[in-house]
Amino acid sequence: MQGNAACAEGALAAGCRFFGGYPITPSTEIAEAMARRLPKAGGVFISMEDELASIAAVIGAAWTGTRAMTATSGPGFSLMMENIGYAAMTETPCVIVNIQRGGPSTGQPTRAAQGDMLQCRFGSHGDYSTIALTPNSVQEMFDLTAKAFDLADRYRVPTFVMSDEIVGHMRERVTIPDAVEAGRPRPLAEGALPFEGGDDGIPGFAPFGSGRAVHVSGLTHDERGYPDTTDPEAHDRLVRRLVAKVESARRDIADYEAVNPDAETVFVTYGPPSRTVEQVMRDRPDESIGHLRLRVVWPFPEFALKVFPNARTFLMPELNMGQMVREVQRHVDQPVISIPKIGGELHTPTELVRALEAYR
Amino acid sequence: MIAPDWFRDDRLPHIYCTGCGNGTVINCTLAAVEEMGWKRDETVFVSGIGCSSRAPGYILTDSLHTTHGRALAFATGVKMARPDLHVVVFTGDGDLAAIGGNHFIHACRRNVDMTVICMNNHIYGMTGGQGSPTTPAGAISTTTPYGMSEPAFDLAELAVAAGANYVARWTSYHVKELTKAVAAGLQTPGLAFIEARTQCPTNYGRHNKLRRVSDMIEHLRSHAILVQKHDRLVAEGKPIPEGAFTVGELVRRNRPAMGVQR
Repeated sequence: MQGNAACAEGALAAGCRFFGGYPITPSTEIAEAMARRLPKAGGVFISMEDELASIAAVIGAAWTGTRAMTATSGPGFSLMMENIGYAAMTETPCVIVNIQRGGPSTGQPTRAAQGDMLQCRFGSHGDYSTIALTPNSVQEMFDLTAKAFDLADRYRVPTFVMSDEIVGHMRERVTIPDAVEAGRPRPLAEGALPFEGGDDGIPGFAPFGSGRAVHVSGLTHDERGYPDTTDPEAHDRLVRRLVAKVESARRDIADYEAVNPDAETVFVTYGPPSRTVEQVMRDRPDESIGHLRLRVVWPFPEFALKVFPNARTFLMPELNMGQMVREVQRHVDQPVISIPKIGGELHTPTELVRALEAYR
Repeated sequence: MIAPDWFRDDRLPHIYCTGCGNGTVINCTLAAVEEMGWKRDETVFVSGIGCSSRAPGYILTDSLHTTHGRALAFATGVKMARPDLHVVVFTGDGDLAAIGGNHFIHACRRNVDMTVICMNNHIYGMTGGQGSPTTPAGAISTTTPYGMSEPAFDLAELAVAAGANYVARWTSYHVKELTKAVAAGLQTPGLAFIEARTQCPTNYGRHNKLRRVSDMIEHLRSHAILVQKHDRLVAEGKPIPEGAFTVGELVRRNRPAMGVQR
């Protein structure tokens, strides 16, 4: 199965019943699969007039309690930024898949990149936190897309599947489970306010039509959802909670694989560069070389770096000019060496071996 | 106050300026909604950004106050996901015709089953009175200090051309007619678009020799001509009065619609 097709299947398995999208290479197969499958599953597929409308429709659908998603690539992702901030501010559970391609601008529509990793974290204005998953295989396109819905619902936050052209268009064997975990948001308790965080900072959810008369606004609002745009305390309380509810849960959200914890030289990867690292490690078994592969990049699991107490150097091959290097570097004392590659192709094993020899 | 059960008393005082026409349009809308017998639990108000778009925040239903220009796209998601909910959109001329123009024509084309009420005050009111795509030629605003040099959009004609099933235009002077038009829109399957021209004494009238609220309402009244009269004048080859705009029902039809509950 193709990665993009597996993404659509994962969404359907997780109960996604609304897709609003706009065609864009290299993500289009996801929309096509959803267009075929959703009507038969009792869901809604709608091709919107642009990506601003796509994410808007997804947020609207999500507020009816429907699991909703969109899929896009760089240029469309850029267009979605304002409403992604709206989803963060209004705590709307929804899933945004970005099949990354070379940028900036129209860039390389048919070539892979990981150039939007900071955009998915910081791309909309203001302070907020979201969750970003990074599959490295077709199986993970299924698994992590399904998981994204679970996380989006649990934390009431827009959740990203940050894949790329390589994984999106890769074909591999996939095992589709009989059922996937599909927790829903905690319902809004009787007497509770719709934007009241409680102990974990996550409000209960009262979808439209459930009789709670919820006012949803992108303006700074109080726990009732009512705009309160001038009180510094109201803004401080809201935005700190929006950030804290995700950041304080990063151990629960974290998902990573650590190989050879005693290693001295440690590759840190996410997405397809991990495949090259795995190849290198298969070719030359060596316990002094470790590998930390992140399946969740945001919120960043800095504690995962401590799995390697003997690490002397971290090496980071990325399909960008080193976007995640600074995030890793700020959590460790050891040098973090960027091995950037842009242009659309994966690092070759030879390139990584050369880096290994130069920096170990 | 019409339909008191539908207001959020705890949101008062509201943000509208003295003499603003938006309250009239909200009242007309809620009167029509109540006439339909809709329940609050089954009704969702959606809006974008601007003075008009603050309206849902004062109504005691589920409501989505969204981003500038995108209300119709959000509303499309709500309605397509839950066709059993009634969806009403409040928007303004800047929200709908400028930043949201693309969503406007596509929502009309899709003919999604919802009612869209545009409070057209011919100005960006919330930001202090800048020229909008419906500011009349020659009108003074803070960004057209020498008079508006661009032609204005006719929003109702745009909705007709784009495919909405019901289109009407009235003003905040024509309270009864506006209420009836909204009710007709609520009843029509497909997209109903009602343009409600409203006075903005604070940011429009003040710069355009219409300083008093009554002057602005009188201006709306005296420049409105029934669409039937307009058509008769055209057929008879007679001139249309300077600055006149049509009011009345511009279209009521039965094109295929989306999101209609079966």
